[in-house]
Amino acid sequence: MRWIPVNTDAVPVPLLALAGLGVTFETPNGTVTAVEAVNLAVGAGECLGIVGESGAGKTQLFLAVTGLLEANGRSRGSARFRGQELLGRSAAELDRVRGALIGMVFQDPMSALTPHLCVGDQIAEVRVRHLGESWGAARASARRLLERVHVADAARRMHQFPYELSGGMRQRVMIALALAAGPQLLIADEPTTALDVTIQAQILALLLELKRSAELALVLITHDLGAVAGLADRVAVMRHGRIIETATVARILKEPRDPYTLTLLPSASAFSAAAAGTAPAAAAAAALTVSHLTVDFPIARGLFARPLRLRAVNDVTLELAAGESLALVGESGCGKSTLVRAVLQLLAPVSGRVAWLGRELGTMPKEELRALRPQLQIIFQDPLASLDGRQRVDEIVGEGLRVHARKLTAAARGAAVRSALERVGLEAALGERYPHELSGGQCQRVAIARAMILAPQLLVCDEPLSALDIPTQQQIVALLAQLKREAGLCLLFVSHNLAVVQQLCERVLVMYLGHTMELAPAPLMYATPRHPYTQELMNALPLADPQLQPARLARVRDGEPPSALAPPSGCVYRSRCAHALAVCAAHTPPWEEVSAGHRIACHRWRELPAWKPEIPQLRE
Amino acid sequence: MAEGSAAALWNLAGRRLGARRAVRVALTVLALIVLVALVGPRFSPWGFDSLDWQHLAQPPSTVAAHWFGSDRLGRDLFVRTLYGVRLSLLISVLATLVSLVIGVAWGAVAGFSGPRTDGFMMRIVDVLYALPYLFIVIILSSLFARGSLTVLLVTLGAVGWLTTARIVRGQTVSLKRREFIEAARALGLTEGAILVRHLLPNLLGPVLVYATLTVPQMILFESFLSFLGLGVQEPQASLGNLIYVGAQEMQSAPWMLIVPAAFIVALLVCLNVLGDALRDALDPREY
Repeated sequence: MRWIPVNTDAVPVPLLALAGLGVTFETPNGTVTAVEAVNLAVGAGECLGIVGESGAGKTQLFLAVTGLLEANGRSRGSARFRGQELLGRSAAELDRVRGALIGMVFQDPMSALTPHLCVGDQIAEVRVRHLGESWGAARASARRLLERVHVADAARRMHQFPYELSGGMRQRVMIALALAAGPQLLIADEPTTALDVTIQAQILALLLELKRSAELALVLITHDLGAVAGLADRVAVMRHGRIIETATVARILKEPRDPYTLTLLPSASAFSAAAAGTAPAAAAAAALTVSHLTVDFPIARGLFARPLRLRAVNDVTLELAAGESLALVGESGCGKSTLVRAVLQLLAPVSGRVAWLGRELGTMPKEELRALRPQLQIIFQDPLASLDGRQRVDEIVGEGLRVHARKLTAAARGAAVRSALERVGLEAALGERYPHELSGGQCQRVAIARAMILAPQLLVCDEPLSALDIPTQQQIVALLAQLKREAGLCLLFVSHNLAVVQQLCERVLVMYLGHTMELAPAPLMYATPRHPYTQELMNALPLADPQLQPARLARVRDGEPPSALAPPSGCVYRSRCAHALAVCAAHTPPWEEVSAGHRIACHRWRELPAWKPEIPQLRE
Repeated sequence: MAEGSAAALWNLAGRRLGARRAVRVALTVLALIVLVALVGPRFSPWGFDSLDWQHLAQPPSTVAAHWFGSDRLGRDLFVRTLYGVRLSLLISVLATLVSLVIGVAWGAVAGFSGPRTDGFMMRIVDVLYALPYLFIVIILSSLFARGSLTVLLVTLGAVGWLTTARIVRGQTVSLKRREFIEAARALGLTEGAILVRHLLPNLLGPVLVYATLTVPQMILFESFLSFLGLGVQEPQASLGNLIYVGAQEMQSAPWMLIVPAAFIVALLVCLNVLGDALRDALDPREY
């Protein structure tokens, strides 16, 4: 029998058919079942979304198809690609399929690309290996492929190494690599999860374009149902290793068979102003005052050269009333995390003042600041990394009390820890575990308990959701909203995604390259964003609507923030702005007041056309 | 440091270690050698420096209870070798402890301090590294009593802590950027408390591995110094000077070389197997 017939006329439908495919792992604690008897088919040119929480088995399912399971993994059942069985094939046989007929894109392009080879050679290697091209011809093809995935300046990029590229650019290279041998099926495993919303939209737009132009079947594995809605023809929802339903996107959104399915959809359907937080109480006294805060990072340049200064935060002024919540939104590298760290005095600013309840934090003696710390708490992006892996959960949560309530007896502290754990929805018995034994959502709850046990008045949340699954995100948002209500917390919420902050925050501040772009009450910001950058962020939000979303993706503009070491003159956003004029390059726009509480830094906000919100048709 | 965390570390590492046969063999051999070294000499009628004029340079046999034979002066090799094992192990373990205490403190403080203190402290390490240690040893041993145990410990420790300091400093620098350190600072812990409560426990794994691999190095180094006549002096026996004497008699009395050499090889292999396995068992990627 010939392995993979060359004659494509004889290709039976479907392209990929899985029947009773199961995956188990042999571990020291016995056999673990990751996937149970999955039946699934992908037609030629079709886009199938596989949606589910982490641990649902969606990645293992396709690793089994491509024969890339870990050594202790076993697959059974059948996976037929163009009628040929893939399971049980030798590595040599599979190599003629993997990379050649089935392309793969992984979540983390940094670890999926070889660090010591320039990207051009990595792509060319696939052409040489699978198509027998000469290296010269293969390099020319690699350049065409890079252009096809919209890598700007492809000729130069060919010779760059993965570490020299931005995250979005790396993912484009990864896609070019997967496409190099002209596959019929592309498997993309969480291709946009590690990316900013804007870059996610660009990558999704690229995948949509490829799917339409290249007769490419696409399997898109993701935890975010919203992200695939505009792309997938059909969606299969996975949970606990099983497929719980398979249907078209429209059908799944309108009448899901399983209520679980809709929990995979980001709840904040953006653009509905009514869902936003209540308007701030007028003229409350400011609890937190930040004025003209500027933070630099020195970039060392060898022993004798003077270090460069990277301006991470540039002249930011803001106020936060007691009990009020402010969201800081922008792409990675915009300085939002640096800003909140400087507010908490975890970083020293170059200039500017931070005052909490009228007391200036920067000039305060260290002892006084330490005594004030319980009022100002923070939770971090990576819940596991923010917990000390060598401490038990109850030690972690009780740590603040050990420092600030020394007179407390061990028993009283234990009781406080248990009640703090219960308050964040964890069983007190979890206190005896270690962080690595918990799930991501549980770790984040532990981090919240560690902060809340000190009864803070300001809780800084630094991207606390972006490492979590959609259902877990919603639980954490609900928890934070509840804590905010009960304790009258001030929240300073950092996120790259406008949608996730909507339920929590009364005001939104948009930042770009260390500069503030727009500040507005949340309802106003979501209904009528004035700044072109805010509008770009809004357009990038995935909309769970198969009718509207493809057109929105088609409008997505390529572009990434420039290096903060060489920011554009005048308005820093002008290099990406669709409306930039000469004046934008010449002068820095003033921080103007549009209406009460609404400020903007844009020369042209008066003349620009109004932004129209798009309302999803299918979901309420 | 909390007992709970240490217990978990040991449980996890212990379970992984126990699962490997090479480790079980190495541990058994090591325990046997230590046991024999401690109680073995009691069963022999000879002391480590008693002379038996009737049996000079006798090959191993049961005659006159010279089980491993005797040397040119009629001293019993069984007893001398076991005394040598004791002394070599004692010196190497103590020297490792000395180098750990200095190295961990120096490296952790350097890594945790600002760039200026860090640079200053690590340049001192660089300078000390650059000095030829053998030269220092010769000076030290000519200034003080030759073969003094203290001098030997100071010498070995002085050389050993430099590498420990570098390893610990590297670990500290990467740990201090982690978010849990920032979280501790936001909780209001003092820098000292962060160092003790969060940094040191997390350094424990790599340091332990390094220590296990340092002990055999120290045994070798001590033997080397004794071989050169700079270490343990006759009639005291260490594995190093036994091998030195044995090497001179290699052709006429090969057992004088083979017996101590076999012990040193067994010790080194066991300790290295243990160290490697410990490194795998404590690998943070396995969490």
